[in-house]
Amino acid sequence: MAIAISVNSLSKRYRIGAAQTKFRYGMLRDVFVDSLTAPIRYARSLAGRSGNGRSAATQNHIWALKDVSFDLEEGRVLGIVGRNGAGKSTLLKILSRVTEPTEGTVTVRGRVGSLLEVGTGFHPELTGRENIYMNGAILGMKRAEIDKKFDEMVEFSEVAQFIDTPVKRYSSGMYLRLAFAVAAHLEPEILVVDEVLAVGDAEFQRKCLGKMNDVAQQGRTVLFVSHNMSAILRLTQEALVLKRGQLIKRAPTPEAVDFYLSSGQAESGERLWDTDEIPAASAPFTPISLRLKDRSGKVVDTIRSTEPVTVEWEYRLDAPVTGLRVGMYLNTMRGEYVFTAFDTDDAKQYEQFGARQAGHYISCCQIPADFFNEGRYSLGVNASSFGVRRYFMDENALSFNIDITGAPGTQWPEVRQGPIRPRLAWKIEKIE
Amino acid sequence: MTELAKHEPTTIYIKPSKGFTTLNLRDLWIYRELIFFMVWRDIKVRYKQTLLGAAWAIIQPVLTMLALYFLFDRVAKLPTDNVPYPIFSYTALLPWGLFVAALNQGSRSLTSNHNMITKVYFPKLILPLSSVLAGLVDFAVASVILVVLFFYYQVTPAWNLLWVLPLFLLLAIITALGVALWLSAINVKYRDVNYVLPFLTQFWFFATPVAYSAKAISEKWQLVYSLNPMAGVVNGFRWALLGIGNGPDTGLWVSVGISVLILISGLFYFRNMEKTFADTI
Repeated sequence: MAIAISVNSLSKRYRIGAAQTKFRYGMLRDVFVDSLTAPIRYARSLAGRSGNGRSAATQNHIWALKDVSFDLEEGRVLGIVGRNGAGKSTLLKILSRVTEPTEGTVTVRGRVGSLLEVGTGFHPELTGRENIYMNGAILGMKRAEIDKKFDEMVEFSEVAQFIDTPVKRYSSGMYLRLAFAVAAHLEPEILVVDEVLAVGDAEFQRKCLGKMNDVAQQGRTVLFVSHNMSAILRLTQEALVLKRGQLIKRAPTPEAVDFYLSSGQAESGERLWDTDEIPAASAPFTPISLRLKDRSGKVVDTIRSTEPVTVEWEYRLDAPVTGLRVGMYLNTMRGEYVFTAFDTDDAKQYEQFGARQAGHYISCCQIPADFFNEGRYSLGVNASSFGVRRYFMDENALSFNIDITGAPGTQWPEVRQGPIRPRLAWKIEKIE
Repeated sequence: MTELAKHEPTTIYIKPSKGFTTLNLRDLWIYRELIFFMVWRDIKVRYKQTLLGAAWAIIQPVLTMLALYFLFDRVAKLPTDNVPYPIFSYTALLPWGLFVAALNQGSRSLTSNHNMITKVYFPKLILPLSSVLAGLVDFAVASVILVVLFFYYQVTPAWNLLWVLPLFLLLAIITALGVALWLSAINVKYRDVNYVLPFLTQFWFFATPVAYSAKAISEKWQLVYSLNPMAGVVNGFRWALLGIGNGPDTGLWVSVGISVLILISGLFYFRNMEKTFADTI
């Protein structure tokens, strides 16, 4: 078998300055403060550089990938696992030539198609048909090729009826199906699949996995990144485990998954912060752990929507803090906010706990039963004093799955739109 | 399997680019269909959800023309080489409008398509190039009014010179593309470009003989004046359409030289910044 992908001591360095500002945004006020203090920070960094050049330079950079090497034979399906920030996406971005490596080389034999890019270039004002052509061209398909596969794509996407409607009128599910249909019909020699399967309804996910399986059956090479261990186990023969930019294990999938889960870095309904993950700027606030617990107090990463779930954030204050609020953002995997809540939202609570002494704390709350719809959600955390300072923030601290067995409306095998699925007390009256 | 057997896949080498990057126009050729689709998308989308639609392509230059007419003809009574002022200014507003639209769209083309840049590989040159080209449609629509003006004022166009018009159009496009390449690449890192653009177009407008005749500039400043390539374009348009002015002279060649210089330097600057776009945008 020929080698499809050959990766040689690949490294990618990012400036963290840029990443930090990206995460600090969110409040308009911050943006203003940030732009006002930018010259000062710049001057400081210059001063730091001239003082002891070497250390300042290394501090400002982070290696998203460090010295990663592997070969992949044609026709193999390789899984890549690792927690957020382990370098999975960076690796895929380099393979699909979106970004350049800092060091090292990659030799790729064949066209790389990527499902990182579903819906890229989709324009809301264009119709489904027009977007298929547009998106196809962006992915590097020739017009004749798109013509040939057009009907197949439309059928796969199940939006035939609305193909001449602007996509801004589509539901998010329809939009995604159409976008995926184009990407899935690219027929590249090498297919790169990222977390996309986490979005969309269960039925559609099955279809996507099926498509990926077909691609693999046809002797093409597939790289599959997912947090979904069962999908990784089902679809791949071999897997890589990445940790902080380094390749720490390559093994047959069951062994690799086992290693990953037992090494305590898996997303298992619990997030622990290592000291080197906490920026110095967050002092005196130190996050310790974040947990999701089911009714019986067990830490879980899949939650039944018909049961309440407890969110527990443990942290330490090394000095008294006034005006503190500790809370969370809940997002869908597509980045839509579901809600934002803080532990001192209640006025009485704020009076009592707004000013907190140094010490060890747990802020916890319960998200009621019959709240979430099916899918995967992401939990972000934030500790700040409003209008004063943001101590700590992690937009994607933890993600979890919702299982909707027994939820309202499940007698109909259809997709319910929207991130929440409340059980409403319907009354039906006959008025005549 | 059949699909695979048909051709031996091409091998791509990915490595950090060192030193000076080449233009890599071959990739641009491979992706030529994308240029077409991007232009087509820009045109399709431009006047969506507007009440007056493509009529805006006419309304904008006509209103500007009327404003200039009242200000510079009725009030200031500027000399216009014996051509009715509306025609005089409209012949200049056509290429000027094309230039401004191309400059504005082109300079923002990378930031407004950032999701493409961070997700897919393609030659990024396509973005400013297609936004500049998409402006040609507005140009064509707006030209209709010029024909109407010719009939209304019963002015005969300079038929014998009309064939050079496309060359001046090309000069306008080259200038706009060159500046757009510089600004779009800078805009990726420094969004200050968005704030500079309105001033830039305003100053450039006054430095270009759109509202007034180039003859108003004294002889000794003429050469300095032609350092602005748009002066060459506008004079050329008037010459080709109305037969007024000098036609190709030293000033024009200076304009051409400057605009080619901007384009080539812009291409190389853009190509060298391209590798950092996905990380900094």
